Amino acid sequence: MTRSLAAWLAGIAGAAALVLLPLALNRYGIYILSLWAVMTIAAIGLNLTLGYAGQISLAQGAFVGIGAYAVAILTTSGFPFVVGLAAALAVSFAVGWLLGYPALRVQHHYLAFVTLAFSTLAYLVFRNEEWLTKGIYGIVGVPRPSVLGIATAKPLPFYYLCLGALAVVSFAVWWLVRSPWGRAFVALRENPVRALSLGVDTRRYTLMAFAIGSALGGVAGAFYAPLVEFVDPTPFTLALSLNLLMMVIVGGAGFFLGPFLGALIAVLLPEWLRFMEGWYLIAYAVFVMVLLVISPTGILGILDRHLTARRTRAASQARAAAKPVLNSEAA
Amino acid sequence: MSNFLNLLIAGLATGAIYAVVAIGFTLLWQTSQTINFAQGEFVMLPAFFMLAAMNLGLPFMLAVLVGIGLSLLVLGLLFKRVLVDPMLRHGVLPLAIATMALSIALKESVKELYSAEAHPFPSVVPAGNVDVLGVPVSMQSLGVLVIAVLAVVALNLLLTRTSVGHQMQATAQNPTVARIVGIPVERMILYTFLINAGLVALGSLLVTPIYLAKFSTGEILGQAAFIAAIVGGFNQVRGAVAGGLLLGVVDNLAAAYVSAQYRAAVPLFLLIVIILFRPQGLLGRVEERTV
Repeated sequence: MTRSLAAWLAGIAGAAALVLLPLALNRYGIYILSLWAVMTIAAIGLNLTLGYAGQISLAQGAFVGIGAYAVAILTTSGFPFVVGLAAALAVSFAVGWLLGYPALRVQHHYLAFVTLAFSTLAYLVFRNEEWLTKGIYGIVGVPRPSVLGIATAKPLPFYYLCLGALAVVSFAVWWLVRSPWGRAFVALRENPVRALSLGVDTRRYTLMAFAIGSALGGVAGAFYAPLVEFVDPTPFTLALSLNLLMMVIVGGAGFFLGPFLGALIAVLLPEWLRFMEGWYLIAYAVFVMVLLVISPTGILGILDRHLTARRTRAASQARAAAKPVLNSEAA
Repeated sequence: MSNFLNLLIAGLATGAIYAVVAIGFTLLWQTSQTINFAQGEFVMLPAFFMLAAMNLGLPFMLAVLVGIGLSLLVLGLLFKRVLVDPMLRHGVLPLAIATMALSIALKESVKELYSAEAHPFPSVVPAGNVDVLGVPVSMQSLGVLVIAVLAVVALNLLLTRTSVGHQMQATAQNPTVARIVGIPVERMILYTFLINAGLVALGSLLVTPIYLAKFSTGEILGQAAFIAAIVGGFNQVRGAVAGGLLLGVVDNLAAAYVSAQYRAAVPLFLLIVIILFRPQGLLGRVEERTV
């Protein structure tokens, strides 16, 4: 009871900080915080695929690209943002489904290879289909939408829009992982053969987890386009997919808060470590490897193990304290 | 026709290099369930070892030996001891992700420590053309093909004709039983890592004169090796050879007959078609699922 109360209080304090913090930040600070919110959405999606369904996807960056292009193309040709968002969601879900379908017929690492190939393919399409994407010149002037009559063209209102999107996605996923579906996802990660024998249609659920995860990548892209106000192919290479994967791993794959923490580290740390320049990525990659050796479930995995150990100790102490009573009863 | 023959031979040459790299990749998978996503960077790196040795004033052949030695040490021994051994108990996925982090670390290290430019690299095969059936064919392509084929044949002899090779195969097929019958499984796994390091060093030596030495070439090479391995069959040496050769030919023909922009997409389609219709690969066996 006190534990869940503490968790609620921490959650409320975190949310309040996210609402109040940008008031004290300059334009660039707000931009970075908005970028964190957008990347967290993409990482939450990847966490469904990786952390809950146990599949490596190397295409999350490409799905962010698909979402970004969907919104950029539609809003610059006069459609409202909501239409772009819906298209981003639908297209990335459909593409995710089509992509996962062949790969998930076979072993788990095949999805990694297929998504790796897809990443390259998507980049080629973004770069070469000039009639649609304007090629390497990119789409300039992606407008920021008005929500309920409030224009979000300024950094602060747009940040709140991104934060709102993050909140909606978080609640949806929080609900999803507690639903029978989410429990089926975890069942397949922990023991696919057992899940299958218990009547879980493993392939359909894995595919579902991957498609929903991809769709969230598209949603992240839908907010990325108006945030940067310019879309070209360069941000959506394999590097982004790898970066998103690292976010999920560093934070803690399979933990609800993992992507929040991972995105925080991946988006904010480079800003503080500017002086390291090119060495930053090397240090970060080495850090990820060391972290994986210590704890494959990331930073939250270390925390979780620590808390579990403490609780076990407390419980055994309580049992030890209760023992004399039992003995006296026996006597 | 002469154009087609040249494309075919050039394709077989690049394909043979892909095959050499893909064999190493499948060997690691078979003996230690390591999916090495840094395999492309493993091919990129030895060329820089060799370039660095040449910058110190060593003659080319000596620099090549130094490069191979360093590859065996860093990409074979150190890779296994420092990253793979402590990660193995966590299972396939975390190790695969760790190798992705390794690929970033290697790429960025070369960029920071050496340079971000592309460097020309001397070829072991002299330039020029030879006549084959009255058609001039690039000597370099033929040379690369011959060297790669010799390497694959030598490896195959090692695996099928020697006691160590049999022990390695036993380790790959069933490590538990191999251990029971007294095979030093740990040492056999180390041997496969050293063989992989040797293969990537050879691949690097052959491919770098064509692709130039650049920190980012690993991405393309790694992807080619994965595709070759999957197309041919993940659990077979001859599968990797067939996959590599097929991919090389398709790649080169696509460059000539498909638009330059979508040349890179053709191997990816090949991959997706194979996974759709023959997921175990052209020559592969179906692997049993492990519980």
